[in-house]
Amino acid sequence: MNFPLEWTGPVSGLVFGGLFGYILERGGLGNGCRLTGQMRLQDWTVFRVMFTAIIVAAGGLWILQAMGVMPADSIYVPQTYLTAALIGGAFVGFGMAVGGYCPGTSVVAFAAGRVDALLFFFGLVAGTWMFAGAYERLAPWLEAGPAPQWLTVSEMLSLPGWVVVLALVGVAAAVEWVLSKQKTSAA
Amino acid sequence: MNTYQTSTADRGRPDWNAYMAGGLLGLTLLATFVATGHGLGASGFTTALAAKSAVAVAPGAVAANEYLAPMVAEGANPLDSWITWQVLGVAIGALISATLNGRFHWRFEGPTRLTTGKRAAFAIVGGLAAGFGARISAGCTSGLGLSGAATLAVAGFVFLAGFFAVGLAAGFLTKRYWK
Repeated sequence: MNFPLEWTGPVSGLVFGGLFGYILERGGLGNGCRLTGQMRLQDWTVFRVMFTAIIVAAGGLWILQAMGVMPADSIYVPQTYLTAALIGGAFVGFGMAVGGYCPGTSVVAFAAGRVDALLFFFGLVAGTWMFAGAYERLAPWLEAGPAPQWLTVSEMLSLPGWVVVLALVGVAAAVEWVLSKQKTSAA
Repeated sequence: MNTYQTSTADRGRPDWNAYMAGGLLGLTLLATFVATGHGLGASGFTTALAAKSAVAVAPGAVAANEYLAPMVAEGANPLDSWITWQVLGVAIGALISATLNGRFHWRFEGPTRLTTGKRAAFAIVGGLAAGFGARISAGCTSGLGLSGAATLAVAGFVFLAGFFAVGLAAGFLTKRYWK
């Protein structure tokens, strides 16, 4: 059997999307109070869910690659446009702090009855039109700036993938340690 | 630190523990990579929807637009793609969770100290910024922040740095609108 399985039809989308949506909803990530609460440092659900998911998936991918089950170049790794990733992330972060959601969680939130999330979703589509309108002016700048050879953090630092995954575990543990200290001092 | 509660969060079965939700999400993401070779996303769908809806309203303007024109060239339907099924799946999965666990009810949320009209304005402005930004970075929190970082992509972590830096600044500036 060859991996990835090339299972890319409608049923695959519905199944994996369905699991994604179920977990996000039950995890509380359709709740704009929680999502924006992360940006006020009042609720750490977003950080915990995202970081845990990244560590589990990255660790799993590393194991599959180390065992030779799935070649490293067989999965999609996004291109490194540093400036564009940073500025785009800034806009999406602003959008979540102000509007309550990000693109995926707005779908989850509306599916649980939150009408404000539908307005956010309309905003997403209109924001895409705005980008399309400005594209001719933005295009030269988007692909300019630093264009490094490496795609991944392990390539950039010349470290094995498992070291990077362990470093992420360290970051998550450090955040929990700081939070527990704050809790103790507040009590 | 999970002390921040809202009146609406009290209805229905409670949220899962964040580590459990994160672990299950990580396994789902891993399975998606194994099955398809790529991760999960969202803004690919809103982009396709923006292109398709723009063609319906203003086909001439779309044909002249460098960004949208290639998506609909020769009558192509940008919605005919895996990401459309995946986002439809997200909506169905979330609806199933909300319904089975007593968590579905119609409501209008947003900053708790603001009127509905102002909440609507915040939601639209936030959506505009997120839609615009996700096209600059060619990915959103799901596609670049989550799935990109899971491949250890530098772009994913740089996205997350910008996301949290400006998100935290905006979070503190808008803190007074929340109880």
